[in-house]
Amino acid sequence: MTIDSELLRLLLYVVGFIAFIATNAAYLVWLERKEAGHIQCRIGPKEVGPFGLLQPVADGLKLMTKQLIIPKGADSFLFRLGPVLVMTPAVMCFVTIPYSDTIVARNLDVGLLAIFAFASVNVLGLLLGAWGSRNKYAVISAARVVSQNVAYEIPMLIVIVTMVMVTGTMNLHEVVTSQNGGFWHWNIFRFSASPLMPVAFLIYFVCMLAETNRAPFDMAEAESELVAGAFTEYPGMGFGVFFMGEYANIVVGTSMATILFLGGWNCPFGLWPGLHWFLIKMYALIFTVIWIRWTFPRTTFYSLLNLSWKVLIPVAFANLILTSALLKVL
Amino acid sequence: MKAYIRDIVNGTWSLLVGMAITIRYFFGPVVTLQYPHQTVPMKPRFRGHIDLVLDERKGTNKCIVCNACMKTCPSGCITLEGEKREGVKQKVLTYYQLDFTKCSLCGLCVEVCPTAALDFSKDYNLVGSQESEFVFDLLKRLEERKQ
Repeated sequence: MTIDSELLRLLLYVVGFIAFIATNAAYLVWLERKEAGHIQCRIGPKEVGPFGLLQPVADGLKLMTKQLIIPKGADSFLFRLGPVLVMTPAVMCFVTIPYSDTIVARNLDVGLLAIFAFASVNVLGLLLGAWGSRNKYAVISAARVVSQNVAYEIPMLIVIVTMVMVTGTMNLHEVVTSQNGGFWHWNIFRFSASPLMPVAFLIYFVCMLAETNRAPFDMAEAESELVAGAFTEYPGMGFGVFFMGEYANIVVGTSMATILFLGGWNCPFGLWPGLHWFLIKMYALIFTVIWIRWTFPRTTFYSLLNLSWKVLIPVAFANLILTSALLKVL
Repeated sequence: MKAYIRDIVNGTWSLLVGMAITIRYFFGPVVTLQYPHQTVPMKPRFRGHIDLVLDERKGTNKCIVCNACMKTCPSGCITLEGEKREGVKQKVLTYYQLDFTKCSLCGLCVEVCPTAALDFSKDYNLVGSQESEFVFDLLKRLEERKQ
């Protein structure tokens, strides 16, 4: 009996991705709690295992042993579908992300498009799950999440369009190879294409925070006003899957930032490129995401929309026009 | 237009200032005290329940059983007994009981003691499941401390 080697390869990649996502979700929670602790002059988890390293295992066990209660009158199908719809697209995004020159599951020619197509599905998951749980807080949260994501997807995609114009391809592998060499070749410093490149990176980063529902844009959860927002009725692993999905989305978002702006697996000084540089950049960005969460309070809903419609979208458009003008002229 | 750009620049700057502050704290010292494993040394003015002072020279307490503390205590939580012994000038304390459930930590007993035989202990880890656990035999506690 022969095993289709291509099939085996894909299967291994899928297993690898799921393991990568699960460990990341578990240990990013640990990192988040440690970082939050130190920012607040505390220690963070320390009792379970050395440096509290087994804390995620304990948390996972606790979540898994909890009963999965479906509230009375809830739409049980949508209620169960919600977490799945948040988690699955996040996993699918990993398929086309190149981690190094050789590590990529499928080098799609429209990889960029595929990722942003999948990434926008997670809003649907939140909306359906929140609607299905028949809870007023969840529904308010769902309404907020949808308008927030619609508002922030526009500047994000404008920035992406700019990047596609600059690099001339949607293939993520080619996007990275076009930035080969030292850090002055990276897109964030490509001033010949547009002097506003660092601003474009900032816009992308802010939109990524909003898209992954991270503080200061965590309208989906907003525990001080909406109990737990969309997750109010979710017990045990239902909530756990939402949580893993959130962290998986952060990993996807920061990976994309690394690929589009920070030169992917390239070394800043042109030496020893490889997977390690990708991971260093990605985790530095994740550190910043967590750092931002523990610095700024949650914005109000109106200032959140104002920021998008009055600042990010006009600046992103200005950048787009400037870039296309420069591309035509130069 | 000018105000719009100034708003954006000032806003971004203030966000960066905030992040600089939190990262300083991140690398700063941790102030958490791991309570069961570590304890705070109490300040000299901390008032715990009263305790007998150990006289380093004699190796015992300084009490002369004058009963001043018992009489001055507004809550009546001190009971003590003493006896006259051969060869010892003052009376010797044989029993000193403090009912801490009634004590209001006013410190009058410490103030009134002519030989400064009483002092506040620094013990703040008091816990018990029964009322009787808070009736202390201070002589016994002094013996325990000596060892």
